[in-house]
Amino acid sequence: MTAAPDMTAALPPESARDTPTNPATQRRKLVEVKNLKLYFPIFGGLLRRQVGDVKAVDDVSFDIYEGETLGIVGESGCGKSTCGRAVLRLYELTEGSVVIDGQDIATLSPEKLRLKRPSMQMVFQDPQASLNPRMTVASIIGEPLDEHTNWPRTKKLERIYELMDAVGLNRDYANRYPHAFSGGQRQRIGIARALALNPRFIVCDEPIAALDVSIQAQVVNLLEELQDQFGLTYMFISHDLSMVRHIADRVAVMYLGKLVELAPVSALYANPLHPYTEALLSAVPEPDPFAETRKERVVLKGDVPSPSNPPKGCNFCTRCPKVMEICREVEPAFREYAPGHFAACHLLEETGTAALNGGMRPEHNQTRIQQGEDA
Amino acid sequence: MFNYTLRRLLLAIPTLLFISLVIFLLLELSPGDPLSDMPLSIPPEVRQEMRIALGLGEAWYIRFYKWLYLFTIVEPSHVIAGFTGLDIAIEGQRILSWQTRSPVSDIIIQRMPQTLWVVGLAYLFGVLLAVPIGVYSAYRQYSWFDQTGSFISMVGFSLPTFFTGPLLILIFAVWLGWFPIIYDTTLNVTNWETFWKQVRQMAMPVFVLTLFNAAQISRYMRASMLDNMTQDYVRTARAKGMTERIVVLVHVLRNSLIPVVTVIALGIPTVFTGAIITEQIFRVNGLGQLLITAIYASDIPMVLTLSVVFAILIVLFNLIADLLYAILDPRIRYD
Repeated sequence: MTAAPDMTAALPPESARDTPTNPATQRRKLVEVKNLKLYFPIFGGLLRRQVGDVKAVDDVSFDIYEGETLGIVGESGCGKSTCGRAVLRLYELTEGSVVIDGQDIATLSPEKLRLKRPSMQMVFQDPQASLNPRMTVASIIGEPLDEHTNWPRTKKLERIYELMDAVGLNRDYANRYPHAFSGGQRQRIGIARALALNPRFIVCDEPIAALDVSIQAQVVNLLEELQDQFGLTYMFISHDLSMVRHIADRVAVMYLGKLVELAPVSALYANPLHPYTEALLSAVPEPDPFAETRKERVVLKGDVPSPSNPPKGCNFCTRCPKVMEICREVEPAFREYAPGHFAACHLLEETGTAALNGGMRPEHNQTRIQQGEDA
Repeated sequence: MFNYTLRRLLLAIPTLLFISLVIFLLLELSPGDPLSDMPLSIPPEVRQEMRIALGLGEAWYIRFYKWLYLFTIVEPSHVIAGFTGLDIAIEGQRILSWQTRSPVSDIIIQRMPQTLWVVGLAYLFGVLLAVPIGVYSAYRQYSWFDQTGSFISMVGFSLPTFFTGPLLILIFAVWLGWFPIIYDTTLNVTNWETFWKQVRQMAMPVFVLTLFNAAQISRYMRASMLDNMTQDYVRTARAKGMTERIVVLVHVLRNSLIPVVTVIALGIPTVFTGAIITEQIFRVNGLGQLLITAIYASDIPMVLTLSVVFAILIVLFNLIADLLYAILDPRIRYD
């Protein structure tokens, strides 16, 4: 692991990185997702008729600008990964459009979609399962080259070595099989494979979730380096909030198949608008033990409702500490409350932008629990 | 790999010795008398002399030792001499069948071609049919093709050959008269006419066995494909933008073949042991039929020799299956 930078020196203050708080105005949109819906049908009964849908992704819209990293966070089962796969049309979409670089991939024919694939790639969550156990590293990385280029063998091999160098894999390992590598090395193989055809857009589907913490940092730093080097655009799906804070420019928060908040990273972490985002952020561990004991933690009660039968009105109304009458009846709209800061909550419509401008967060009430008591 | 193979072969020797001893002792304990077919008018002294002439006068361990010597040294020398024309055959005592009084190995070699043609061809057809059917059924799971295929393979798997065999004879030989009822072993294929005759007499037994083999293997193939079809690396292959043909035939099929190849390799000894029931129904005088008639006649040398030959084949193909596993799956290393 030669090119593995040390993580201890990482995590610069994010204000240093996202100086343009609203990149929307300057940069070009590379990915435009509109009203994306992905329902998995449920079959039941004697005749196996369709009796319902699991609404894994339910009417999600967002854009990703060229060269930026959009973080997608949310608890497990909220539809993050499904959303990421749907954006690359690894699932057939139920509804909506995904325009990548001016082309709506939702309606492309299978063959045209296949030819489009080199420009959009994915780094998968499980580096063990996502690599074919019967192929060597060289053939895993080189397979897309066989399919999409007509380069001679030597040129392909040169490219494979180049990619292995780029992700910090020893060239001597080219003829080994995936099982002979550690988790971090396997993820590097997965990244090298994704990079093989010079993609512009990469969906990173929890690329670090299956890795050891020390390796997580290496892989995230590698992804950042590659982004600088090749000008990549990332959609970074994770449930690790501090990692997303480190890598992302903007962050989208998902709950039960819907986006609840989307904002530049500093705005989101400093001033979360949606009660769910607040609860999520309060769960991030604090490295300073004194601060940790003093921290107020929003503990959500109950379970996430079933995505096959989401509640009426706001999806979060069953667990929201600040639930109101209207939340159980009307679905809140996803609106822009500050430049580049979107959220879907009735609370905001009432309090308006006052909360935002004053930097004041609505008070927590009965759900406040001290860390000490909680433990 | 070489060391592993060698070690396994060495380990096979005590295994096979033990197997042959068990078979010998089982036959020793079994009721039945090789002289029971002889007329009752033969005086007891003569009967006793006949028994001694068959080699039954000595203790069981001496007889086992003698059989072992003949089986491992003398008979192979005759078989090799017969095939190569070398003058290495050891003169003297052979393992003789009590039914025909001719050497057991000669009879086995005479019977082998019928079995290999009929049962071997059925096995080959079974594999060639089962693999594509299994692949396509899994690829289009729950399609009408899959449903029909699953139904037919369920039928082929559940109906025993002693049912499908007579059923086919009734329909195609008795009612329609397309195929002969009895397999004629004396037929020599010399021209197109006799070839066609051979094809016709082989059709029904081959079909019965093909149905059974294909049903079994296609179910393994389909299950294994379905297992792999939903794996993450298949999604990776699609995300790479590979064509469906490559995704299915290279990524999924190759990984799915690992267990199927093992099943196929382990099934090959059954080709040699012959389909006892099917050969009996269609009167194919192959090895299966040889074994069953030898058992009826208490022909102990024949039963013992055939059973041990089968045991050797099973041990050998087990080893081959293990070696194939290592070749197909890079995660398996034996050294």
